[in-house]
Amino acid sequence: MRLFGLFAVLVTGALLLYGVKDFPHYGAADSPANGGIVPRYYLENTMKDARVPNAVTTTLADYRGYDTMFETSVVFTAGVAIFAILRVFGGDRNRHHPDSLRIRGDQFRIIVGTTSRLLIAPIQLFALYVLAHGHHSPGGGFQGGVIIGASFLLLSVARNLGESLTRLPEQRFFTLGATGVLIYAGIGLLCLLLGHHFLDYRALQHVLPGVSPEMARSHGILGVEIGVAITVSSIMFAIYANLSTRGELKKGL
Amino acid sequence: MIWQFDTLILLLLLVAAVVSLRLRDLLAASVVFGIYSFLMCLLWAEMAAVDVAFTEAAVGAGVSALFMIATVYQTTRKSSD
Amino acid sequence: MHFLNEHIIPFFNYWIYVIIMMLGLHAMIVKRNLIKKLIGMSIFSTAIILFYVSIGVNNGGDIQGGKPGETHGNIPVIEHELAQEASHDPSTIDHRRYANPLPHVLMLTAIVVGVATLGVGLAVTLRIYRDYDSIEEDEILAKIAAAPARQTDD
Repeated sequence: MRLFGLFAVLVTGALLLYGVKDFPHYGAADSPANGGIVPRYYLENTMKDARVPNAVTTTLADYRGYDTMFETSVVFTAGVAIFAILRVFGGDRNRHHPDSLRIRGDQFRIIVGTTSRLLIAPIQLFALYVLAHGHHSPGGGFQGGVIIGASFLLLSVARNLGESLTRLPEQRFFTLGATGVLIYAGIGLLCLLLGHHFLDYRALQHVLPGVSPEMARSHGILGVEIGVAITVSSIMFAIYANLSTRGELKKGL
Repeated sequence: MIWQFDTLILLLLLVAAVVSLRLRDLLAASVVFGIYSFLMCLLWAEMAAVDVAFTEAAVGAGVSALFMIATVYQTTRKSSD
Repeated sequence: MHFLNEHIIPFFNYWIYVIIMMLGLHAMIVKRNLIKKLIGMSIFSTAIILFYVSIGVNNGGDIQGGKPGETHGNIPVIEHELAQEASHDPSTIDHRRYANPLPHVLMLTAIVVGVATLGVGLAVTLRIYRDYDSIEEDEILAKIAAAPARQTDD
């Protein structure tokens, strides 16, 4: 197996390196990827179509909105799959004690507990800032959602998993995960019901009072980013809760 | 696009990948995997891909390394290779 | 030799990307420990993302008024001074000043899907540990060969 693995890797590497010599030079401005029509359109029209200076956010949520919707559903499906793989329903639960990792951190409990208590609320506030400023600076739905999830993980690691589970019990985090995907698809469906295409946010000008079509697109982008953030944050915590207790959600790290 | 910085970070990345795969202790391998993620984030920030660097810093170094440490806690810590 | 250096040095970073990709692939095939295989998968996937993002780098070329290589800090976010005119007239933005936003968008999706896949892989590892009490591939295969009629729960 080792010899076959080495041989396969060497052959693949040699073929890839043979292909490298046809690449354009690193960072060339006239390479086919940089000078094509599509990125030029995205950069030039991001202000005109949606009044959003961040070209990456408007491409992600508006021009390529389908991809982002299915990616959100992939994250939710991964959370459900982990639950389905690890959960034992009744019957045979062999309590197996892990023989390996003893965390002897009791003498650090004051430092870790105090620091985490000071840090968790500003982390969540910063995550909301990142989510709301996705239009004007790097940021957006994914980053904000992952940071909120990471704040729950910090609470679980610094204190007890049970403490964060009392704040966000199991039924609630799966409901929130589904709610985020529903918000995204719901905004798309609302645009369809109002007479435009699916995920064509210009239809929102009929619902929101007194906005131009471009500002309606900007608000639509914000709405779907909120949906993405809700799903990603709850599923990150769901994955950690299931992984660190082997599906039982009793004790943790 | 500063080539000295680029080359240094790429060589450190290679070293981090090799070390993470060779360590016998799985907890240390997860932490070196976090180092690998941070170096990737730095490289992307230097390439002007700030959204990608932000996401990798939050996901790779924060959440993904923690998932691995949680799994190592539930299984064994030593590995045979 | 000098001729060959002219061909390798400008593409040096692509060589490093390919080497890191092959390290990840080798780890996935050869390593016996399941967690090492997952680390290899993650290294492979982030190396591919690195390669894609490096396609979108733009060093400015021959922008009028700027020297080649001077990039004016080219994050793909339109600056505030240009924003007002750009709302009406798309041709005020010079697309060569900015990095290409399309690889960034696609790779954002790839990173999040990569972490979801890693989560599912780790869950499968935990399940295997619960059923076979080991995470080394050869021991698991030996146990499966020794007791083929074992009934696990559901």
